[in-house]
Amino acid sequence: MKEFAALYDAIDASTSTSAKVSALVHFFRSAPAADAAWAVAFLTGRRPKRLVRAPDLRRWAAEAAAIPEWLFEDAYAQAGDLAETITLLVPAGHDRSDDTLAAWVEQRLLPLATLDAPQQQAALRQAWQQLHGTERFVFNKLLTGGFRVGVSDGLVVRALAEVAALPTDVIAHRLMGQWEPTSAWFTALTRAETTDADWSRPYPFFLAHPLEQPLESLGESTAWLAEWKWDGIRAQVVCRRGRVMLWSRGEELLTGRFPEVEATCALLPDGTVLDGELLAWGDDAPLPFTALQRRLNRKRVGRALLSEVPVRLIAYDCLESGGVDLRSRPLHERRARLTTLVQALPTGAAVQLSPEITSASWSALRDARAEARAQEAEGLMLKRRDSVYGVGRRGGDWWKWKVTPLTVDAVLVYAQAGHGRRAGLYTDYTFALRDGDGLVPFAKAYSGLTDAEIREVDRFIRAHTREKFGPVRTVEPQLVFELAFEGIQESTRHKSGLAVRFPRIARWRRDKQVADADTIDTVRAMLRASRTSS
Amino acid sequence: MLLRVTDRGLWCEPADCYIDPWAPVERAVITHAHGDHLRWGCDAYLVAEPGLGVTRQRLGAIADRARGVPYGAPNTVNGVTFSFHPAGHILGSAQVRVEHRGEVWVVSGDYKIDPDPTCEPWEPVRCHTFVTECTFGLPIYRWPAPEVVTAEINSWWRANADAGRASMLYGYALGKAQRLLAGLDPEIGPILTHGAVETMTARYRDAGIALPPTTYATLDHRDPTWSRALVLAPPGVDGTPWARRFGTAAAAFASGWMQVRGARRRRGVDRGFVVSDHVDWPQLLTAIAATGAERVLPTHGFTGPVVRWLREQGYDAEALPTRFEGEQDDRAVDETPDTTTLSADASSSAP
Repeated sequence: MKEFAALYDAIDASTSTSAKVSALVHFFRSAPAADAAWAVAFLTGRRPKRLVRAPDLRRWAAEAAAIPEWLFEDAYAQAGDLAETITLLVPAGHDRSDDTLAAWVEQRLLPLATLDAPQQQAALRQAWQQLHGTERFVFNKLLTGGFRVGVSDGLVVRALAEVAALPTDVIAHRLMGQWEPTSAWFTALTRAETTDADWSRPYPFFLAHPLEQPLESLGESTAWLAEWKWDGIRAQVVCRRGRVMLWSRGEELLTGRFPEVEATCALLPDGTVLDGELLAWGDDAPLPFTALQRRLNRKRVGRALLSEVPVRLIAYDCLESGGVDLRSRPLHERRARLTTLVQALPTGAAVQLSPEITSASWSALRDARAEARAQEAEGLMLKRRDSVYGVGRRGGDWWKWKVTPLTVDAVLVYAQAGHGRRAGLYTDYTFALRDGDGLVPFAKAYSGLTDAEIREVDRFIRAHTREKFGPVRTVEPQLVFELAFEGIQESTRHKSGLAVRFPRIARWRRDKQVADADTIDTVRAMLRASRTSS
Repeated sequence: MLLRVTDRGLWCEPADCYIDPWAPVERAVITHAHGDHLRWGCDAYLVAEPGLGVTRQRLGAIADRARGVPYGAPNTVNGVTFSFHPAGHILGSAQVRVEHRGEVWVVSGDYKIDPDPTCEPWEPVRCHTFVTECTFGLPIYRWPAPEVVTAEINSWWRANADAGRASMLYGYALGKAQRLLAGLDPEIGPILTHGAVETMTARYRDAGIALPPTTYATLDHRDPTWSRALVLAPPGVDGTPWARRFGTAAAAFASGWMQVRGARRRRGVDRGFVVSDHVDWPQLLTAIAATGAERVLPTHGFTGPVVRWLREQGYDAEALPTRFEGEQDDRAVDETPDTTTLSADASSSAP
């Protein structure tokens, strides 16, 4: 545990990626394989299921710190992180544990799930006694389920590749899908032979960069393949050894959730891997994202919902065919292969080809992009026709060209303190639109302001608070902000009757008063306009 | 009430003088020379003798209006007796004891109990009413032992020097910088200073405080040993041309706020060292108990939780709304920004 805590400190103390990678390399080289396995799991965002109820945890921590619960809550509000609050408040004990990370995780942490509440409390007290400083912080982080440190998956992959003396692509692929962090797994992860990729695993997803430069800088328009940028769930279907595995970009196995898609995929030849987007699909067009959301959280889907919200895989790439990895072949070749495979499926199948949009000229593409919202798409994808299917987000060959967002001017009405880097600052805002003489809450937004603006708004909020409801403050409606968002839906869950997608702050309109803010009717009109244009 | 808050400051009516007033008044009794306690434009300033040098430095053109009185020496105005007692915050910082017809109040100013070689140690003063700061009045604030942090700073500096990069250490120019300086190991490399730090350090030396040698790094100053240097500077210069010319230096910030990871990350420095010239939670409770006070009036800081805690412990407690640091009962602002000069008027006369 000490070594893992030291790794955490080294990563946390540095803002340089090379220093972080060398700290990771040092750890992976010196740690026992079982510890290294758990470290990879945690650093790439896998975390234990919730082991202890959060209210219990807070009460027990307050008790161990010998302070009343209200003071614990005040301290938590300031520190902005439950694991850290506990670490800072509970006094350290005299005995110290030298157990390894794996021992702590397997023998102390995970078994908490099997204990009753008094046993959990006793176990936690003992753990807090035996762990000091960062060790304790790390333990609490795992306990509270939010393990985050300043390394991306890419840095972990780089470090592992260096340790194993293998290309990063191989490590990235081995880290895909589901695995158990055991010492045997870690040994396999860093083994030299490269022909062993688990047959169930998806390939690492290739990602596009947002297009910020002028279209013309991309050269000839005909060198590019254009498609809609769908607003669904990116997914890879892996058909191997007679089985169909549907993976989300978050590397979650979606088995059972989209039975109509899986049934169609079963018709694909063995040794096929397709990349595409899961979308709720009406007669011949996608349904809004909110429709798909109804399917998302269901592990088992009822017949009624299946017919009400059918889902399709809109395929746009073929990564493997006949058991052969095609990722290094040019896109036009993969696309031809994909077309053949999809056209062989029966009509009305739940896998369809993502249509190609004519790229005869840049101006044709500009026109197409203007139509995107009516297509329930977020914009266009531009992929170089001779591009390979890479790993991660690599520049140059794939671009996402989103539609210009919709914007409104809205009024800040509620604020809540942020977490982590924004602890103790009011950074989570709710905005309202004018509705007759009043204001109706409309959207929440957290991002888009600079640090200096955040501080200024924070000061305003403190000086202009009307009421406090727990962590939320009602603020005198004075400040106006331009909000940007991607789409509007009707919603019964929102007071305004409207829900927007990806709201964020475009800028602070210091030049505007509340009376200049937009009305709810303006947004209703935007909603109507987006419908009639289709 | 022997002392009460008016729009000009903490007023002692029978003596008609103010403690740390925030507007110009005739007679000001000053706890210490930080900007939110010592303000421009009063007719007369009374300070603890050891703090006279730094006070005059900050008063600039009106330096001659400040008068020093030794710690413990009584000073009676209209039957009210004032005396200064060490607060352990910075050089010459004082608690102000006010006695009138047998009733004793103590105003803490800013203070700490942790040892500090650059100023006289805090001493408890018995009183009926204790007006106390509570900048760090939450139990998450518990300072590590100062010698441990000092060792961390030196080993951070040494590691940077060995790696061939300068170390930028940010801390307030008055008080924090000199305390940090006192703990630095000059064997590691040269110690360079920003002008604001150098000026105040000179006043510390005038007052007989022993500090390692420093070199004032003027904008045109070039030094071949820079890569081994530690540069002491106020936080405000981060990102300015003055700081940028040290190249790819490692940067660290020394403050009590660095106790919390979120605050550390927000600063965007490589390291945060937990060094504060204020009491932490245990020190605050120790100090309050040591005064024997029945009534406690917390001023700036986390007044809400501190008042509630004290009431639960049986104290008569109430928040005193002063303008030291403004309203910040639940605010994660940084410690008082030290601007070195007091106002636009004063800046012209300060070096």
